Order: sequence, then C-alpha cells, then structure tokens
Amino acid sequence: MNELALAIPWLGKRNPAAARWVVMALAIGAPLIAMLFGKTWVRILDFALLYVMLAIGLNLVVGFAGLLDLGYIAFYAVGAYTFAFLASPHFELHLPFWLVIPIGAACAALAGIILGLPTLRLRGDYLAIVTLGFGEIVRIFLNNLNHPVNITNGPQGINMVDPLVLFGWDISRPLKIGDEITVNSLFLYYYVFLAFVALSVVLVQRLQVSRVGRAWAAIRDDELAAKAIGINTRNMKLLAFSLGATFGGAAGGLFAAFQGFVSPESFSLMESIAILTMIVFGGMGNLAGVIVGALTLTALPEILRYVAVPVQERLFGHVLLDPEVLRMLLLSLAMIFMMLLRPAGMIPAHSRYSKPELVVGKTAAEAAK
Amino acid sequence: METLLQQTVNGLVVGSVYALIALGYTMVYGILGLINFAHGDVLMVGALVALEAIRLIQLHAPELGLVPTLLAGLAVAVVVCMILGYTIERTAYRRLRNAPRLAPLITAIGVSFLLQTLAMIVWGRNYHTFPQLVSTTPVEPIAGVFITPVQIVILVVSAVLMIGLVLLVNKTRLGRAMRATAENHRVASLMGVDTNKIIAATFVIGSALAAVAGVMYSSNYGIAHYAMGFMPGLKAFTAAVLGGIGNLAGAMLGGIVLGLVESIGAGYIEDMSFGFLNSSYQDIFAFLILGIVLIFRPTGLLGERVADRA
Repeated sequence: MNELALAIPWLGKRNPAAARWVVMALAIGAPLIAMLFGKTWVRILDFALLYVMLAIGLNLVVGFAGLLDLGYIAFYAVGAYTFAFLASPHFELHLPFWLVIPIGAACAALAGIILGLPTLRLRGDYLAIVTLGFGEIVRIFLNNLNHPVNITNGPQGINMVDPLVLFGWDISRPLKIGDEITVNSLFLYYYVFLAFVALSVVLVQRLQVSRVGRAWAAIRDDELAAKAIGINTRNMKLLAFSLGATFGGAAGGLFAAFQGFVSPESFSLMESIAILTMIVFGGMGNLAGVIVGALTLTALPEILRYVAVPVQERLFGHVLLDPEVLRMLLLSLAMIFMMLLRPAGMIPAHSRYSKPELVVGKTAAEAAK
Repeated sequence: METLLQQTVNGLVVGSVYALIALGYTMVYGILGLINFAHGDVLMVGALVALEAIRLIQLHAPELGLVPTLLAGLAVAVVVCMILGYTIERTAYRRLRNAPRLAPLITAIGVSFLLQTLAMIVWGRNYHTFPQLVSTTPVEPIAGVFITPVQIVILVVSAVLMIGLVLLVNKTRLGRAMRATAENHRVASLMGVDTNKIIAATFVIGSALAAVAGVMYSSNYGIAHYAMGFMPGLKAFTAAVLGGIGNLAGAMLGGIVLGLVESIGAGYIEDMSFGFLNSSYQDIFAFLILGIVLIFRPTGLLGERVADRA
C-alpha cells in the first residue's frame, strides 16, 4: 500500500504508515463528511469511485503498457449493457449480480482482445485513432441495434435494471438498524464500490511489480528492446488490453446497477477523454496519482456547479456557462496545461517499477551518491 | 445502375471535401509527425465564423448579391482560421516539439475539446441553419443523375485548391523549404531554413484549407454545429492514412476513395446485410477502412511512412 501513501504528498514521503491510515480513514469517512453537505454529494462520491475504477483500468493500458486508448468507455459500455441484458425486464432475465458482473467483465475482456488483436502493430497516435474508432463503433451499434431485432432498445436505452442484491439483501433500499437508524442506500453503494476499488488497487499494485508489470514497463519504454530481451510483446499487449477492459467492464456493471438504466449517451467519446484527462492530471502510471486525479476531476466540476452558478447569477444576472460546459472547459484546459507545465502529472510516477528491495545491486540513483 | 451513378456523384463530392481536410492532416503529420486532432475543429470554427459573417452581411448590407456575400463570409472564415491555426501551433504544440510522443497528442485532444467548448459557449448547442447561397435545386439530370450547383462548385473549388497546393509545395521556395523540413528538421535548419516559420506556415495553410472545407461542408448540408468538425475530421484522417499519411497525392486519393466507399456503401448496406443494417451505420465504413488499411497495408495506398512509429 506504499503507493497509496503518496496520495498525501508531504506526509506520504516522511511517514508512509501514518499516511496510509489517513487515506483509509478518509476513504471510509468520506460519505459521512459528504452527507453534511447533502445527499447529492454522497451520490457524487459514488460516481467518483466508479471513475476511480475506470481510471485504474485505463492506467493499466496507458500508464503501464504505454498504449494510448481513446475508446476505453466502450468497455464500460459492454459491462453496463451486459448487466442490463442479464438483469432487467428487457429480456426477462434476472441473474444474480455475482454472476453478472464477472460475465460483464469477461465480455469486456473479450472486447479488449478483439480490439487488441488487429491493433498489435500500432503504437502512439495510430493506436489512439483506431481505439477511438472502436469506441464510436460500439456506440453506433448500441444506438442502432433496435431494428430489425430489438437488442439494445436504441437511444432510449434499457430501464429498470436490477439493483445490487447481496445475498438476498437489496442495497437499493435503505438499511434499518433497530428502529432509529436508517442507512441510505447511497452509503451502501459507496461501501460496495469502495470494496471493489480496494480490490482493484491491491490487484493492480501486485500486478505492477510482477513479471507482467515489468514487461509492460519495458514495452512502454522501448518495444524493440523489450522484444530483444525475450518479452512476448504480442501476448503482453493483449493482456494489457484485456485486463484493462476487465476493470472497465466491472465498473460498467456496477454503474448499470447503481443508475438503474443504461443508454448510449453515457458512453460518448467525451467520457473516454474525461477518464484519460483524469490519469494525465493525476500522474500517468502511478496508482495514487490516478486515484487523486479521478477524484479531483469528478469532484471539481461539481464544486464549480455549486460555486460558479450562484456567482454568475450575482454577477451577470443569469447563468452564462452552464455546469456541463464548465466541466468540458475544465477538462480540456487541464489536459493542455498539464502537458505544457507538468507533463508527469500532479503525483509523478517513480522512475523505478519494481520494489526497491527486490532490485539486486545498486540502482543508478544510489550509485550516483 | 442509376443508384450506383448517383451515389458515385455524391461520393465524389463528399470525398473531395474529405480530401481537402485530409491535406491539412497529412501536411502537419509529414512535417511534425503529429496528428493534429484539432484540425476538424478548425473546420467547425471556419463554418461557424462564415455563418456569423454572412448573417451580419445580410443584416447590414442586404443589397450585396448572394455570391459576394458567400465569398466575403468565406474570406472572413479563412482569415480567422489562419490566425487560429497559427495560435494553436504557437501556444500548444511548439513547446512540446521534443517531448515524448504522447504529450503533443494529448495536448491536441485538449485543444480540440477546448475549441468545441468555446464554440458551444459562443454559438450554443443548437444546430444552426447555414444559408445555402448557392442553389441546392438539382440541375437537369444527366443520364438520370441529379447534381446540384453547390455540388458542382464544391468539386471545382476543391480541384482548384488541390492543384494550387501541389504547385505550391512542388514549385515555390516555401514548398521546397516545407519538403526539406519534413525530410529532416535539423538538416533543413542548417541549410538556412527557418523551420519554426515553415511549421507555422504549414499550420496556417492547413487551417485555411479546413476553413474552405468547412464552409463547403455546411453549404452542402445546410447546417452548422459546434460538434460538426469531429466526424469529417476523423474521416479525413482516415482518408490521409488510407492514401499514405505524409503524402499529398495520397491524401487526395484517400479522400475520394473514402467518399466513394462511404456513399456507395450506404446505398447498398441494407441489401448487403439482408435488411439488418441500414444507412445509419454509414459512419462505420470509415472506421472499418481505417482498421483494414492499418492491418494489411499500414503505409497506405501510395505509401510513405510506416505505422509503428511510436
């Protein structure tokens, strides 16, 4: 969990253990604090956690393996629609969530391989465009597959998606403890999502220092050299795509259950770009950075919404820039200025990928001393 | 047969617009190795600025004829886009010229979305009707094929501009400097070429072409919109890759081929897929072609650069 400690810049370096406890306390206490400002903020936190999961998944592809994917939202869509197909009145199927989410994740992984196979030879800008095209194709199909056979219900999307039911306990209903205390379902979702995020963090962290993670880093830094030292670049790239997609698929399933409906407009290119901005902003290739980036860029537009709208009303008498425009403005400016001024992100990734204690012999930094 | 001919004509018209936009992509890629993601949005700015100018002219000087109005609008759009292209290069891309390759690409995406957002703030989210100053009523059908005056104008204007660009690149001093810079920046600057100036000039020329393409695109379809640049931009990029990115003739060929495939494909997709798919899937063709080209012939039809440059 050392990586997470870096999320608090000053404390993280000096006392990682304390920083880790602070991070955990914050993660668990956040919805209680948010509740003080109203239920909406708890909902925003729930969405923020979904974005964190997406950012973690995309970071695997972009940050670790260096494959710029602009169609990542398609995997989110695959997960969400799989959930909606298998657990809604649309096809009269109501499978339990512990079955549907893995199926959704698996479908997304498969989609990742389908995208990965033809694009193996591409890097950088070409790959970006092809993945962008892939994302658009998925969206076009979702939008139009209601004719002649109704599969996706077109632009209207699928309604009445089943909520998460954990062992017979429907968490979309408020939980009653005794007679006095009721826990809002937004909190329950928060903790379920938090559990998923925690699981993802642990998985990704183990993955990063594993043989696979180091192979990805090698491919990212120099593909030819990686090949020369015997890394199977084809399999490693496919693995990056499919594992990254898995996280997107799982997050998609959770999203469908949480929101209760899915429609193609949730999966636009703008969302792919938003997730990319989050990891660019936080620090590509660095778990703590990615999480901080996702949380900041989900929360900031919402805060702006509550600050900027009243300010504008007072200044101009009407709302000049609506919150959605502000969000786009913020994201695009974040992307440009981060690249110009701080290309490694708010919390830059380490230059070393493996655990220091595992490195045999002196590292370059130590040798320089 | 008539459908085929009709779709061929439509394809040629759309394709020549794609070709004009693709030239902008391919010139910048040839010189900087950068996909200028914002190029499609420059087109959008061109169309919307022209729209605004035409509205103003019609309001204040309605006695001006249709064609002069359109030309004036076009001129304003071209100038604005040239300035815009220069500004983008100067502020967003120049500083990143030696950065790792992902950095300028991400900045370019940022610029693209920034332009869209600004356009949304200025012109709103609605579709605007673009005044069709050149008639869109078809002239006498030739062999059962309908062609409108605006389509004829588009074909002629794009042909003229493309020939002009080829002459510029191959015959003039500026063109020679551009080719030298594309070949090798450092050597070119050692030979006394001011590469910064040449790169800026490339952006300016590309943006001017995009502005013209934007006005023609809007005149043809009769609408303008803050997000209208995305699809033609993407398709033009596909066209550039299809022809061989970095290659001027390739971009033109790619644009025409893409336009033809798309328009003929859209005409027949329903029969080909036994009624399962319809023409709302038209946009998929571009992506399919892009995928196929990159897998089987990454250097494009006329070939220049290889695809696996990082």
